Amino acid sequence: MPEIRVTPLGAGQDVGRSCILVSIGGKNVMLDCGMHMGFNDDRRFPDFSYITRNGRLTDFLDCVIISHFHLDHCGALPYFSEMVGYDGPIYMTHPTQAICPILLEDYRKIAVDKKGEANFFTSQMIKDCMKKVVAVHLHQTVQVDDELEIKAYYAGHVLGAAMFQIKVGSESVVYTGDYNMTPDRHLGAAWIDKCRPNLLITESTYATTIRDSKRCRERDFLKKVHETVERGGKVLIPVFALGRAQELCILLETFWERVNLKAPIYFSTGLTEKANHYYKLFITWTNQKIRKTFVQRNMFEFKHIKAFDRAFADNPGPMVVFATPGMLHAGQSLQIFRKWAGNEKNMVIMPGYCVQGTVGHKILSGQRKLEMEGRQVLEVKMQVEYMSFSAHADAKGIMQLVGQAEPESVLLVHGEAKKMEFLKQKIEQEFRVNCYMPANGETVTLPTSPSIPVGISLGLLKREMAQGLLPSAKKPRLLHGTLIMKDSSFQLVSSEQALKELGLAEHQLRFTCRVHLHDSRKEQETAARVYSHLKSILKDHCVQHLPDGSVTVESILIQAAAHSEDPGTKVLLVSWTYQDEELGSYLTSLLKKGLPQAPS
Amino acid sequence: MKLYCLSGHPTLPCNVLKFKSTTIMLDCGLDMTSTLNFLPLPLVQSPRLSNLPGWSLKDGNAFLDKELKECSGHVFVDSVPEFCLPETELIDLSTVDVILISNYHCMMALPYITEHTGFTGTVYATEPTVQIGRLLMEELVNFIERVPKAQSASLWKNKDIQRLLPSPLKDAVEVSTWRRCYTMQEVNSALSKIQLVGYSQKIELFGAVQVTPLSSGYALGSSNWIIQSHYEKVSYVSGSSLLTTHPQPMDQASLKNSDVLVLTGLTQIPTANPDGMVGEFCSNLALTVRNGGNVLVPCYPSGVIYDLLECLYQYIDSAGLSNIPFYFISPVANSSLEFSQIFAEWLCHNKQTKVYLPEPPFPHAELIQTNKLRHYPSIHGDFSNDFRQPCVVFTGHPSLRFGDVVHFMELWGKSSLNTVIFTEPDFSYLEALAPYQPLAMKCIYCPIDTRLNFIQVSKLLKEVQPLHVVCPEQYTQPPPAQSHRMDLMIDCQPPAMSYRRAEVLALPFKRLFEKIEIMPELADSLVPMEIKPGISLATVSAVLHTKDNKHVLQPPPRPAPPTSGKKRKRASEDIPDCKVLKPLLSGSIPVEQFVQTLEKTAHHPPFSCLLEQHGFSDVKVEDTAKGHIVLLQEAETLIQIEEDSTHIICDNDEMLRVRLRDLVLKFLQKF
Repeated sequence: MPEIRVTPLGAGQDVGRSCILVSIGGKNVMLDCGMHMGFNDDRRFPDFSYITRNGRLTDFLDCVIISHFHLDHCGALPYFSEMVGYDGPIYMTHPTQAICPILLEDYRKIAVDKKGEANFFTSQMIKDCMKKVVAVHLHQTVQVDDELEIKAYYAGHVLGAAMFQIKVGSESVVYTGDYNMTPDRHLGAAWIDKCRPNLLITESTYATTIRDSKRCRERDFLKKVHETVERGGKVLIPVFALGRAQELCILLETFWERVNLKAPIYFSTGLTEKANHYYKLFITWTNQKIRKTFVQRNMFEFKHIKAFDRAFADNPGPMVVFATPGMLHAGQSLQIFRKWAGNEKNMVIMPGYCVQGTVGHKILSGQRKLEMEGRQVLEVKMQVEYMSFSAHADAKGIMQLVGQAEPESVLLVHGEAKKMEFLKQKIEQEFRVNCYMPANGETVTLPTSPSIPVGISLGLLKREMAQGLLPSAKKPRLLHGTLIMKDSSFQLVSSEQALKELGLAEHQLRFTCRVHLHDSRKEQETAARVYSHLKSILKDHCVQHLPDGSVTVESILIQAAAHSEDPGTKVLLVSWTYQDEELGSYLTSLLKKGLPQAPS
Repeated sequence: MKLYCLSGHPTLPCNVLKFKSTTIMLDCGLDMTSTLNFLPLPLVQSPRLSNLPGWSLKDGNAFLDKELKECSGHVFVDSVPEFCLPETELIDLSTVDVILISNYHCMMALPYITEHTGFTGTVYATEPTVQIGRLLMEELVNFIERVPKAQSASLWKNKDIQRLLPSPLKDAVEVSTWRRCYTMQEVNSALSKIQLVGYSQKIELFGAVQVTPLSSGYALGSSNWIIQSHYEKVSYVSGSSLLTTHPQPMDQASLKNSDVLVLTGLTQIPTANPDGMVGEFCSNLALTVRNGGNVLVPCYPSGVIYDLLECLYQYIDSAGLSNIPFYFISPVANSSLEFSQIFAEWLCHNKQTKVYLPEPPFPHAELIQTNKLRHYPSIHGDFSNDFRQPCVVFTGHPSLRFGDVVHFMELWGKSSLNTVIFTEPDFSYLEALAPYQPLAMKCIYCPIDTRLNFIQVSKLLKEVQPLHVVCPEQYTQPPPAQSHRMDLMIDCQPPAMSYRRAEVLALPFKRLFEKIEIMPELADSLVPMEIKPGISLATVSAVLHTKDNKHVLQPPPRPAPPTSGKKRKRASEDIPDCKVLKPLLSGSIPVEQFVQTLEKTAHHPPFSCLLEQHGFSDVKVEDTAKGHIVLLQEAETLIQIEEDSTHIICDNDEMLRVRLRDLVLKFLQKF
């Protein structure tokens, strides 16, 4: 029995380190290759030894697909391809291919240069890894090999994020990566057609949340920023360089312009300008409004937002700073946070999800005394706000996507177990499909029953179709043919054609039965009586009286002969082929009953 | 399968393919060469043009002098320019299901088709094709609408009058179907019917046919199309290029194994080498400017201009032209330059890599930044303040009949210092210049057409091996002006089938198979039998379900339990349905084995029969010329066995007959 097997190496009942193995139609595909931001030890990367203990990954995996450039989806890629060793194709969209190496390099720098980690991947490894990447267009059907094909769909979330359909024959799996079902200020909404996959693997970050309207959240955000700035406080917004940052920049930029605010807005890293440039060059991936107006005004050219210098953090007076990374786990955002945390006039706004173990997660869960490196304790007096700007689908959005794709079953990843449980029930109730939520290392096996494509000869098909399009429910008409299986080609042809194609002669099987009748008249008259008798009974059949005296019913031949011994008996020779057996057998039994008395 | 040919222009095709149950229009080209018969539309009142004498017949009859004007021996229609539309009568265009667009030059007739024929289908095109196509249409509409012309000439179109006119007006075809330009409203409505597609995207049409665009290497987003079912494949190759310019390279491999390859849009200048032409372009430009003259380059607002600007970017410093202003004037100049930078995914590898840095893929961004290249929507406004001479001006339209180019022709035509350089191959430059004669300005003809030439075509055909090639008739003979050049035509085996405007071709197709799916339950019940090594057979009896052009075979329903108790209504129901098919038989009967089996049947009855079965003890075998006769004397039964037939002759004893039948069938294969 064919089956689809799914094993998460990461993101199973967890957020972070997305890495999911899928076996479908004999092909093995790895979806995403992420790192975990909550760990600094071995656990930060997926355990690739699960895939194969001794063999080479390249021999085992047919391809790797990266859904988007966030590090929890691609952070382990150079480690995987260059240090563990994988030389097969890695598929991702063009923007992901452009941006992913920059984030990887950033990540490497923090890990190696700042934290002094050894045995980490090098810049060269990132470059070598990116050489294995094959860029895909949206909706392009990429033929990985003769049987395995993949197709990318728009996912919103961040620039270049994509959902992927993986297809072998008539079996398919859709992996959503991270997606967003509502358009935001810079990206459009995820979309997929009714592709009816066997399995939909979806993220479930916000499995239990139904978010209020985006507009309310935006208003709240602007109000909080505005108030803090008005009272002379500083606002820190930890973000990842690409993604939410651009959305919030557009938001603040338009607000500053409208309200005519003077407080400076800074964007912390050198990445900013570069990041915005990516958005300008890949503007076809943004939302419709931005795409339509970009010639007149490019939304990613900001007037009010300037590059940040480390020294600015100590400047007096209000300011707004976007700093990376987004979960306050390292880097510049953490540095600024430490400087500003002691002042209750200041505010930190966390615009996205924070993984357990990060400073962001700690302060969001209410912790106000943080143990920092070197046993220092940092007291947090500044206001801590959480605003869900993460571009993940909420529960409503996830249900919407399930409805769009109409999968046969659903598998949840990239979420917390408790929340998944809730969503799982909801999906099973609403769509009446099985829903799975394996933990890391746990395998889900789905038996499939793919139908088998064969070629039917047009002659046979047309003959069948000509007999009426809809077979009646009561008396279904059967199509008869011969399936010729030669190598891997399957052809369904009519029996005659099958014989011809194989160079075989037909073997004719013919029966001739003698039926004795009491009839003293001449043979010709007997034949005539047989004819009129059959003609009267078999109204739907073609009954003929031939000039040579014989009678035919369809292709069945009836001849009358004299009995060699008894002149009062005539012998009817009824002759038919195997193909007419039913009728032939029926006729003999009918004739055996005798003929009705002729009106004389 | 049929191909309806609606356009006679080989590079501006419009064909309709009927394939399986679908009607597919391939491209929607608009033949604009008709505008060459018209007087130019000047932006600024031109005394020269308005004072041209009216044309009169040889006998002095001047009734046409309002419509026709004479200039240097040529006669022009003084009217709003009109375009030659694709044939609209050959096929009912409201039956067209989809329109596939190959590149932005081949969609200019779209509004005429989608807005005025009852068309209700979908148009498929790539995003760059649509965006740049929109710019081309916008420019065209703008050029024509901003010079309102009260007069619309129609008298000359009268067949009896047209006969009397001088060439080329006399020979102009289908003049009655020539139409004025569409409006922006019609353009928007037409474009709203387009659905965007990406290269290698498989698009299902009604479950019957799949269409896929492939990169054709000619322009941003330009595509060839594969139209295929599971067993047939038509490739539509239109405007392809193997040269390395800015677009993504042509995808040749996917064209392989086509049954029919429709080949259009080859180079219009097969004898010119585009690289050489670019070189000549640069040197002529430099020469003119150095001598204090101005250079005018009539061009489209997108396409080759990107490559020319890139060449100049590398050339101007070394040629000492850094102080010469380059002007690009078009209502869509800004949009075109901006759009060119955002289609990274549709560009060649080098340009893609630049975007990853991230840097703009085209160097004209830098030319604009350093103020070497300036763009203006028209000669009015800012341009008149900034205008400095000598300079280089890129502007449209290449036909020289409308657009800002008309102004520059009038302005610079009288001085031999100036040069007009023709780079676009769509219009004969001599005809384009005719209404400006006499002209003192230098004219240089450097047509740059990167589309396939005949050498490349023959290589391509060798590579992709289509069974049949279909192409416009112009490609099956040498160009009229070079009738001795037998190398300037398509040479393939079997010879290409050619078409001309308003012709219908029956394509040489023999469809033999169709895809059908066997449900897993049915597949499980099949019993394959190996007939020859590697070949197995299984007889199939199944119920056919057809929905949305997809065929599925399902297992036959289980026979309903016999409705015992109910009396049969009519005797006729007993009569067997002769449509129930029995399998065909094949093989031959080994007589000895057969006889042995006859004799020992009794010991191994196949089923527990009600009647006791005995073996036959009196079996006799006689040899005949063709085989054997097996006699069962007591049963008065005779079995003739030959190589390809068996004949059982017996009394009317059904039990016996069935028993013998089953014995025979044991030795035969069923089909």
